[in-house]
Amino acid sequence: MKILVCISKTPDTTSKIAFDSDNMHLKEEGVSFIMNPYDEWYALVRGIELREKFGGTVSVMHVGEASSEVIVRKALAIGADQAIRIDSKPKDSNDVATQIAHYAQNQSFDIVFLGKETIDHNGSEVGALLAGMLAIPFISYCTKLDVEGNELSATCEIEGGEVSFKTQLPAVVSAAKGLAEQRIPNMKGIMDAKKKPLEVISPVSANQKVKLVRFEALPPKTAVKLIAPDDIDSLVKILHEEVKVI
Amino acid sequence: MIATYIEVIDGKIKKSSLEALSLAKDIAAVKGIKCLALSTSKSASAEVVGSCGADELIVQDSGELDQSQLIDWLCKLYSAYQISYIVLANSSIGKAIGGQIAAKLQLGIISGVNGWAAASPMQFRRSVFSGKANAWYSFMEDKGVISVMPNSIPVKKTYSKVAEISESNVNLSGPVFNSVNKELVKGKTPLTEAEVVVSGGRGLKDPSNWGMIEELADLLNAATACSRPVADSGWRPHHEHVGQTGIAIRPNLYIAIGISGAIQHLAGVNNSRKIIVINKDPEAPFFKAADYGVVGDLFEVVPKLNEAISKFKEEHH
Ligand SMILES: Cc1cc2nc3c(=O)[nH]c(=O)nc-3n(C[C@H](O)[C@H](O)[C@H](O)COP(=O)(O)OP(=O)(O)OC[C@H]3O[C@@H](n4cnc5c(N)ncnc54)[C@H](O)[C@@H]3O)c2cc1C
Repeated sequence: MKILVCISKTPDTTSKIAFDSDNMHLKEEGVSFIMNPYDEWYALVRGIELREKFGGTVSVMHVGEASSEVIVRKALAIGADQAIRIDSKPKDSNDVATQIAHYAQNQSFDIVFLGKETIDHNGSEVGALLAGMLAIPFISYCTKLDVEGNELSATCEIEGGEVSFKTQLPAVVSAAKGLAEQRIPNMKGIMDAKKKPLEVISPVSANQKVKLVRFEALPPKTAVKLIAPDDIDSLVKILHEEVKVI
Repeated sequence: MIATYIEVIDGKIKKSSLEALSLAKDIAAVKGIKCLALSTSKSASAEVVGSCGADELIVQDSGELDQSQLIDWLCKLYSAYQISYIVLANSSIGKAIGGQIAAKLQLGIISGVNGWAAASPMQFRRSVFSGKANAWYSFMEDKGVISVMPNSIPVKKTYSKVAEISESNVNLSGPVFNSVNKELVKGKTPLTEAEVVVSGGRGLKDPSNWGMIEELADLLNAATACSRPVADSGWRPHHEHVGQTGIAIRPNLYIAIGISGAIQHLAGVNNSRKIIVINKDPEAPFFKAADYGVVGDLFEVVPKLNEAISKFKEEHH
């Protein structure tokens, strides 16, 4: 099987989020960047598991600048065979999807994996855009995935339950919790990763479709009002008068 | 023209679709354009979409369509009706098809919108960095795909009109997905649409203690949720797991019981309008995110609360 896993770089979950005075950029000092968790734990690992079962290759793809190569190397250390970085600072989700689609369209991948969303923009846009550009099925928020011959069976999260179906390869799959178990790179993986190929290619031109107007910090949270455990009637009063749920 | 895709479940329009329609109507009113509602079910009511401001309801009664057919249908209507904006609920369907439609029609997409501003160009707000900030975006052109985060935009049934019904009869491509098996929890409001959510964490100690959580949820007409370790240990089903790896929700009220409030949990719930926390540890991080808190043993506090609410309801009805 020929598998492509798209990985992106995001601030660590525990990072304090603040913006420069123009409100257009994240303040990066003190922020550590990681591989987007859903890309790493679920998309990449499921890709590697399928290769272990069926043979073939797992390529990882990152659209971003040279500063992200640590993250790309980590994906190789976890078990990807080769990496491609498209040397560009993408302008929007359409740009990212256009770059990946341009690369993928002549490569006959069986599956293109992504995480369900990135934990910075939380857009969940690139996977569906990519599937639309490549004109192949999109499996969104996938929690289970198996392949038999040319047929893929999948289970996806939907509101209040799940849905299962079959479709033909190739497909784009966005990975949610349940699809695989996180793998931690070991020493051998880290050493091997240094020797694996990392190709850098130039971006194609993409029309920007959406622009960021500004980031906005949230209003400061007012301090919690504590209610004594033996004063439950006050809580009932709040539920009635203020929150209006009873 | 601006058009909203209307999802119908069990013969009823989903609330998240009416929220999307309400946002579309607000935009239509400011821009002086026509507002369409698009549905593939004849159960979509012209009265209901009309009361939310739709001028016209376009129906193609084709039963359940798969994703590829739905995309095909919406893209064909986009051209036929010269639509400029397609508005979807950011539901599981919306997330799956939004980007594909945008790619096929070469439009921009702004997903998970939770507010908008009638500037020129229009601006749309989305929660970013796992709920730690917001961002505003604009389209480069005066057209695009918008998906609306459930529970962010109030449904405004304020128009006294019935939408005019037109039937569409588009020739659709064959399905790409087959042997669909849907398993839904019957009769319950999906978590993303619930206005009140009562949630339990590891502090409940054992799944057999969930009775009091369910009782509280019943009293408040709420959905139930849980933290990740609770779902991972199989105490509760996975579709109740909220947080960064689970579902992100925006209810009016979130009640967290025996949950520490770890950052990964908060990532899924910190956009709730009001948060009430019951935890015996005064240092639990959840108290920093909460509006109201009770520092106490949940095994004493929750039964007392249930009793007090029951009593209150009896006295007031
Ligand atoms: C990458 C990653 C992703 C994650 N994603 C998620 C996610 O999506 N959702 C999620 O929830 N978590 C997630 N987690 C886990 C998260 O970090 C926490 O471990 C988890 O939220 C803790 O759940 P909890 O609060 O129920 O349990 P605990 O941390 O065990 O906390 C239990 C709480 O109950 C209180 N308590 C105990 N007994 C009582 C009592 N009798 N009365 C009152 N209070 C009591 C305690 O004081 C404590 O605060 C993730 C973690 C990682 C590393």
